[in-house]
Amino acid sequence: MKRVLVCLSVCSLFLLSSCSTQLTRVKPYQRGNLANPLMAGNDPLFTAMSMHVYFSREASFGGGGVGGGGCGCN
Amino acid sequence: MKFIIRIISIACLSLPLAHSAEPAVGSALPSLSGLLPGGTLPKTSGKVVLVDFWASWCAPCKASFVTMAKLHQKYAAKGLVIIGIGVDDEPKDYAAFVANHKVGFTLVHDAKQSAAGFFNPPTMPSSYLVDRSGKIRHIHKGFKGAKSEAEYIQEIEALLAQ
Repeated sequence: MKRVLVCLSVCSLFLLSSCSTQLTRVKPYQRGNLANPLMAGNDPLFTAMSMHVYFSREASFGGGGVGGGGCGCN
Repeated sequence: MKFIIRIISIACLSLPLAHSAEPAVGSALPSLSGLLPGGTLPKTSGKVVLVDFWASWCAPCKASFVTMAKLHQKYAAKGLVIIGIGVDDEPKDYAAFVANHKVGFTLVHDAKQSAAGFFNPPTMPSSYLVDRSGKIRHIHKGFKGAKSEAEYIQEIEALLAQ
């Protein structure tokens, strides 16, 4: 039993230390893609398109507002 | 058995420490020509050197360029050398930024991010101010407008006077 515990602890030490050094950490100088404005998710064109699709498809339930008849033309 | 476990655990725990060899205050500036092969670098021996890491996607870096240009204009004749190291992944982004920001000091592209990997700048931008003997004296993390500019001026004047 003791031997199993020792083996487990040694294995876990190995695994944990490997995790700590081999985790992929994005360095500040590697954040070019993350700094792209598209990554912020507030692209006005994309938001406008998404909203249009949403209120057109869900118009029978009022779309993004309270009215609407389902024609998708507003 | 206990001895072996101790050895293994010490080895495991010391692995992360083996990576902490980046330049710090008091250490010598490494050879930039070795880290930036192909880059045209000015002579730095006996000069006060400001090594600045920047990127085209980094807004504070753009703001810092105005200050860097001012510092270059004011202190280049007195012995200040500024080296701006661009760390962009895309060469076209780097080239576009350089074309739009005409500055008098040296700009080089760290295309393979080998210099950035070695220095491991803690933020973008980060700059390393080096004295005439080649020792790093100050590390600036980020750029905070007029506050940073005042700090740069004070530190550069002190190092130039030495």
